Amino acid sequence: MLKFILKKLLDLIPTLVGISILSFILIRLVPGDPVMLMLGERGADPVVYAKMQKALGLDLPMHEQYVTFVKKAFSGDLGTSIVSKRSVTSEFFARFPATLELGLCAIAFAAIVGIPFGILAAIKRNSFYDYFLMGGSLVGYSMPIFWWGLILILFFSVQLGITPVSGRISIMYDVEVVTGFMLIDTLLPRNLASEGIGPFLSTLSHLILPAIAMGTIPLAVMARMTRSSMLEVLGEDYIRTAKAKGLPIKKIIAVHALRNALIPIVTVIGLIFGSIITGAILTETIFSWPGIGKWLVASINARDYPVIQGGVLFIATMIVLINLMVDFIYAIVNPKMR
Amino acid sequence: MENNIEEKIDHPLVEFWQQFSKNKGAIFGLIIIVLFTLIALLAPLLSPYGPTSIDPEFLRIPPAFSEGGTLKYIFGTDDVGRDLLSRLIYGAQISMLIGFFVVIISCGIGTILGLLSGYYGGWVDRIIMRMIDILMAFPSILLAIVVVSVMGPGISNAIIAVAIVAIPGFTRIVRASVLAEKKKQYVMASKTFGASSFRIMFFEILPNCMAPLIVQASLGFSDGILNAAALGFLGLGAQAPTPEWGIMLADARPFIESSPWMVTLPGICILLAVLGFNLLGDGLRDALDPRLKR
Repeated sequence: MLKFILKKLLDLIPTLVGISILSFILIRLVPGDPVMLMLGERGADPVVYAKMQKALGLDLPMHEQYVTFVKKAFSGDLGTSIVSKRSVTSEFFARFPATLELGLCAIAFAAIVGIPFGILAAIKRNSFYDYFLMGGSLVGYSMPIFWWGLILILFFSVQLGITPVSGRISIMYDVEVVTGFMLIDTLLPRNLASEGIGPFLSTLSHLILPAIAMGTIPLAVMARMTRSSMLEVLGEDYIRTAKAKGLPIKKIIAVHALRNALIPIVTVIGLIFGSIITGAILTETIFSWPGIGKWLVASINARDYPVIQGGVLFIATMIVLINLMVDFIYAIVNPKMR
Repeated sequence: MENNIEEKIDHPLVEFWQQFSKNKGAIFGLIIIVLFTLIALLAPLLSPYGPTSIDPEFLRIPPAFSEGGTLKYIFGTDDVGRDLLSRLIYGAQISMLIGFFVVIISCGIGTILGLLSGYYGGWVDRIIMRMIDILMAFPSILLAIVVVSVMGPGISNAIIAVAIVAIPGFTRIVRASVLAEKKKQYVMASKTFGASSFRIMFFEILPNCMAPLIVQASLGFSDGILNAAALGFLGLGAQAPTPEWGIMLADARPFIESSPWMVTLPGICILLAVLGFNLLGDGLRDALDPRLKR
């Protein structure tokens, strides 16, 4: 096990170096002069130009620029946003809780609905339920979520008028932000005392549609995984033994099958994280959700290159680390994988 | 005797079709794809109007089957008076072409990398797999967005971006099959006969990796269409007035309350096309390689 961990950690180094080089090169690959692009169409006075070039460190030779970039990145400095003039790191962490809150709710929705669907489909294999649920989950898996989000808005917000269209909370509430997770912040004693339960309900109603939109593809993945994992377990000898012992079928499923079938599903939840970021980019754009995804899209449209560079580096590093943890968990659970 | 044996063994294609046609979902997927392909090929004949021709007297007319619609425009018109049906038909042409090129590019590059990686092993394998790990660290749409933001928006850049995103899938699948194949005796035999590494890789091993590769190509098609539409929707793919489904959705957003058909119809097209290739991919996997059955 130790050998496995060390090998994985060694593999991590070139990957992280590669990610940092890729994010670094990105800003330099843009056709034309990035400084001119950032200064805009009006052209620039040479003093401003030189200042900007120096501020971005673009007057140094390439390898020195890279070393500075990595050194600064290690100390948490990823440069300054051209648009907001604030540090990329603080901008990232100001928005990250919003994306994380949405992502966790989406995964929770996917697990709560998807896993029972998968179990039901496996138990009733080749029945109408099975075909219906698996057909449905393939539709969910194929869903263009940028369209699905609009359809949810069309039905729940426009037709029924029961959910808001955009944002995280109604602007009529003034909630003191402590953790950045609105579901928690609105329930803090001081906020409850001043505003009551209203802000919490408002947060919840804002959260529900984007969470469904973002959770649909993970839901489909989980339903399919649960089904195949359940079927595999149900074919094992110990299930047959349990049946032969005369245990009630419900007990066999709840006690023996489910526990073993859930192991691979737990690791899938980790791997879904990458698709959650993809989902965040599209979902946040549709629901004007003030998170990382919307921020990155806005930065790309505004050609805010330090933000793109920093944001990409953050996200890629995060995904690599999460995948590493998933590998470790999987290796602990299933020693054959080492 | 010989005749008897031959009668019992069906041609592999026949056997494949028997397996494949048992799967109703796969047949449904195949029908969708054939329909979309025909629509794409016959777009100029099928569409009643040009994809960008404007009729200023009919702005945002609902589809013929709903109230206020006219048979002149069966699926209604958009905000500048373009026939939605014609745009959707030409959109099929664009999406199928995008999917096709994405699969050709990513399958080509991914297969070569996978062959090299699996066949040579050692440091070649290590370098290629680290590159693939790096690519996989970037969530698909994010990587595509970044590539497009470097190269500038546009349909060909979107194709390249989406193809790059799809390379790791092909590389990993080919590498895994090569690792399994290269231990087999026929590879050993070719080596003894002095066949070149190139010959062994491309003419001996590759044909035996076809089954998973075909499945991956079908799934790559659906991912390609989906990601390219997402880029179009974000304004980073094909540019207006191209009748691309993603752009049509983005253009329709402001009219979601007053003209919902402008939002629903392009989305249904994307969903059907993606679903078709996913169904086909699942069916192919079950029919070609029962071991991969999920």
